[in-house]
Amino acid sequence: MLAGTVYISFLGAAGMLLLPKGSVASARIFALSTAVAAFAIALATFVQHRTGEMLTVTRVPWIPSLGIEYYLAADGISLTLILLTGIIAVTGILFSWNIEHRTKEFFALYLLLIGAVYGVFLSYDLFLIFVFYEIVIIPKYFLIAIWGSTRREYGAMKLALYSFVGSAMVLIGLIAAYVVAGAKTTTLGDLAQFSFSLHFQMLAFPLVFVGFAILAGLWPFHTWAPTGHVAAPTAASMLLAGVVMKLGAYGCLRVAMTLFPLGLGPWGFHIIGLGSWRDVFALLAVIGIIYGALVALVQKDFKFVVGYSSVSHMGFILLGLMTLNQIGLAGAVLQMFSHGILAGLLFAVVGRMVYARTHTRELAMLGPMDLNNVIPFAAITFVVAGMASMGLPGFSGFVAELMILIGVWRAYPILAVFVGIGIVIGVVYIWRAMQSAFFSDARLESSPTETPLPPISFPERLGAIILIGASVLIGLYPQMLLNIVIPALNSPLFTGLRKGSWQ
Amino acid sequence: MTAFAWITVLTAAPLVGAFVLLGLGDRNKSLVRWVAQAFSFIALLLTLIVWFHFDSGSGSLQFQERHNWIPTLGVEYRVGIDGLGLLMLLLTSIVVAIGIFASWQIQERVSLYFSLVLMLQACMFGTFTALNFFHWFIFWELSLIPAFFLIRLWGGSRRKAAATQFLVYTMVGSVGLLLAFLAIFLATKKFDFIDLTTLAQSGQLMPAVVDKLAWNRFAPQHVALIIFAGAFLGFAVKVPLVPFHTWLPSAYSEAPTGTTVLLTGAMSKMGLYGFLRILLPIFGAQMRAVLTPLLWLAAATIVLSAYAALAQRDLKRIFAYSSINHLGYCLLGVFAVLKSTAGEPTLSAEKYAAMNGVLLQMFNHGLTAATLFWFVAMLENRSGGLRGLDDFGGLRKVAPVFTGLMGIALFSSLGLPGLNGFIGEFLIFKGSFPLVTWAASLSVIGLLATAIFVLGILQHVFSGPLNRRWITFPDLTGSERLALSPAIGLMFVLGLDPQLLLAVVNNTAIQMAQHLGN
Repeated sequence: MLAGTVYISFLGAAGMLLLPKGSVASARIFALSTAVAAFAIALATFVQHRTGEMLTVTRVPWIPSLGIEYYLAADGISLTLILLTGIIAVTGILFSWNIEHRTKEFFALYLLLIGAVYGVFLSYDLFLIFVFYEIVIIPKYFLIAIWGSTRREYGAMKLALYSFVGSAMVLIGLIAAYVVAGAKTTTLGDLAQFSFSLHFQMLAFPLVFVGFAILAGLWPFHTWAPTGHVAAPTAASMLLAGVVMKLGAYGCLRVAMTLFPLGLGPWGFHIIGLGSWRDVFALLAVIGIIYGALVALVQKDFKFVVGYSSVSHMGFILLGLMTLNQIGLAGAVLQMFSHGILAGLLFAVVGRMVYARTHTRELAMLGPMDLNNVIPFAAITFVVAGMASMGLPGFSGFVAELMILIGVWRAYPILAVFVGIGIVIGVVYIWRAMQSAFFSDARLESSPTETPLPPISFPERLGAIILIGASVLIGLYPQMLLNIVIPALNSPLFTGLRKGSWQ
Repeated sequence: MTAFAWITVLTAAPLVGAFVLLGLGDRNKSLVRWVAQAFSFIALLLTLIVWFHFDSGSGSLQFQERHNWIPTLGVEYRVGIDGLGLLMLLLTSIVVAIGIFASWQIQERVSLYFSLVLMLQACMFGTFTALNFFHWFIFWELSLIPAFFLIRLWGGSRRKAAATQFLVYTMVGSVGLLLAFLAIFLATKKFDFIDLTTLAQSGQLMPAVVDKLAWNRFAPQHVALIIFAGAFLGFAVKVPLVPFHTWLPSAYSEAPTGTTVLLTGAMSKMGLYGFLRILLPIFGAQMRAVLTPLLWLAAATIVLSAYAALAQRDLKRIFAYSSINHLGYCLLGVFAVLKSTAGEPTLSAEKYAAMNGVLLQMFNHGLTAATLFWFVAMLENRSGGLRGLDDFGGLRKVAPVFTGLMGIALFSSLGLPGLNGFIGEFLIFKGSFPLVTWAASLSVIGLLATAIFVLGILQHVFSGPLNRRWITFPDLTGSERLALSPAIGLMFVLGLDPQLLLAVVNNTAIQMAQHLGN
């Protein structure tokens, strides 16, 4: 049944093109119902599938001579991310209710992107993962290039190029693994059982990991993220930051780390205190957390603040992965979910509620508009989203960061202190942006002639409430996701990782 | 004891009120104010019900509720109160009622203002009753948000800097606290304060943490001290302890005065409560290891803040520094109890005295400081916002009742016997002198400086020739007198019959001191 998420989204994208010309309303309704249907399937599976163990959805031979299968399966980790995709897809459409320009094409590409994302999360065959992973790149390029703003061609091209470089690295690594294994199978589970030589894993792991991590915004390969997010239309920013970056993190965990677990082991020598790829990536992740937060602190453009905050938050995910203990990994998966929701919410406020009304994102220009009184709902939403984003307890971000931090204490106690510094900077940049944009004391000299801003519409309110609700729900009852994530981490697929400090 | 979930209901009541107020909107401001006050009275009533059902014969935890929550993280919803928690609940209820009266003049966005006040109250109730780090931390952190916006949106001219400083300081402290507790969780798989206390008292806690962190380049006791330092930072900023106090004077003076009542009356007790409920039981051994520096900090807090208060000309800043000074006495008492006494029975009695003094002082300072800021609010309403020491003069002649009642509150703050402020300070000093003579002696300087600035206020504001500007200064109205009378009355009652509070806290105080060992 879960495969329906992919099919419905793709069918919806195709159906969108058959709709009568010029009917904007029907395109919106159709897109929304498609996304809701896919989300309903995801939710139903989540409710039924309590154990979190691997659940085969579809398995048919595809290219038998090469051992490639059309193999869809889901465990607790993929199910968590599929839920996330569903939520972001539905709310993204709610926040795109104002798209008037080529509406049908917009939603067709949007649904195509959604379908491919569902595909990546569901694939259990390396070739299939790669196919869906590539499909994702096309619609996101066009969504930015056609409907974007600020330097959209540049942003779109940069994003596409980074994505292609990353996937090329992944492809090389995967083909090498396929050839070396020589087992005529591309099924993830089978290849993960194959004992590649230590030497091979040491080379292949960083290649595939970095290939995926580029999309997850690993410093210093993150530069596509802020420019791409800022250039994209609201719904695409929400998808990019909310879900597409998670594709990268998911690939790191699901593919790179399960196939080549020995690649995380010690090199046997130290360079400037670093003794393994694990140390290297943990350090880069912490640099990303602090660097992203510091850069967000000095931005003049509201959307760039949120863009860089994503870099910072994705650092938490990668750091959680590198702890290699159960609590850190579970925290990383939770953070994938949490950041997806919160980045979506922040981009919705900045892009849709504020920018679409004020036509400026300069913090200095927004301040005098007294937005806190003009569109109070946007102000309240941003305050709540900001609180959640800076990791205040009671919201999903807190539990995720808490678990990652526990994992980090175990694995890299010194880095925990730096992460603490990163959290404090996170508080400051969110608070600074909030005060400048919504609660500034500066006032315009006189502008009585200016037309009043349109009030916050119902779809926007609904979308904001769904996202806030999801964050609070997971913040107060994380066990709901942990119940399926922890068994998934204990499944045979992760046997290779379950060594050393696993607990 | 009943099985009814009193504590949860008590915590939820102001939250319900907050949402009711948001729903009411600003159309009828007077209605909003009365609804807010009604909810604060409901909370007060609930607290009193709990108070009368409380078994003061046992100092241990009562009204406990315990439910599974997040098994993976060892998180339970666990609440309960002992004498300390009960005292803080009562204080919070009283202070919020006073704070709402003192905010009666707020005109802008009234419903939002009072709903933030009630949210703050719910967070404080939650903080004072939670027994599991997870939801305790939720309330602890979330209390910052209403406080921040109360300062930010309704504060004075430099509110932006003050609110931001307040938030950032407290957050830095909280991150330290969080990191410390995560390290502890890593080793013990527990977030439960009571379980952690048991582990700490059997001496197993820190070795386990040190072992788990495996920082081989540090000696074990240093690792334990580093973890302690993180947790200490969180509470030291909140109380505040010199030199972590610099956020407080600007936050208190920029906040609208009704909010300052809440900040000083109840919220400042959150830090002290943390010292008593968390630091002392869990990190007792580490605190004992650095007792001398801690005592220096407490003495410095007492003396420096009293002198800083002497140098101020703004009434709110004076009372802000005076607040730091009064909480400094509490910390002196807390640290004195840690002194090793080798089981000497007379010294044990002194410890109980000091501990009782700390608890009483927390309550009495809350009551007195809240009332004093209330008077400042009334003064500001009459003077059009002026509150400088030199703006007035001779008010005694035009407003004798105002002068008299505020005088009572001032003398209570000074610690005049017969008023509530006296008994707590007396017990703290009585206990501290034999235990830590030098620190207690140093702290006496703070008492003297306090006396000087309190008399200075009386002199500058109320005595002397009448400033001609205030010839029409109105005295307290009948309704103001009515609203003030319970607070002033309580000052006398608690001053003359401290047993009322002592009966409730005594057993808890003795247990706390005993748990620390000798």
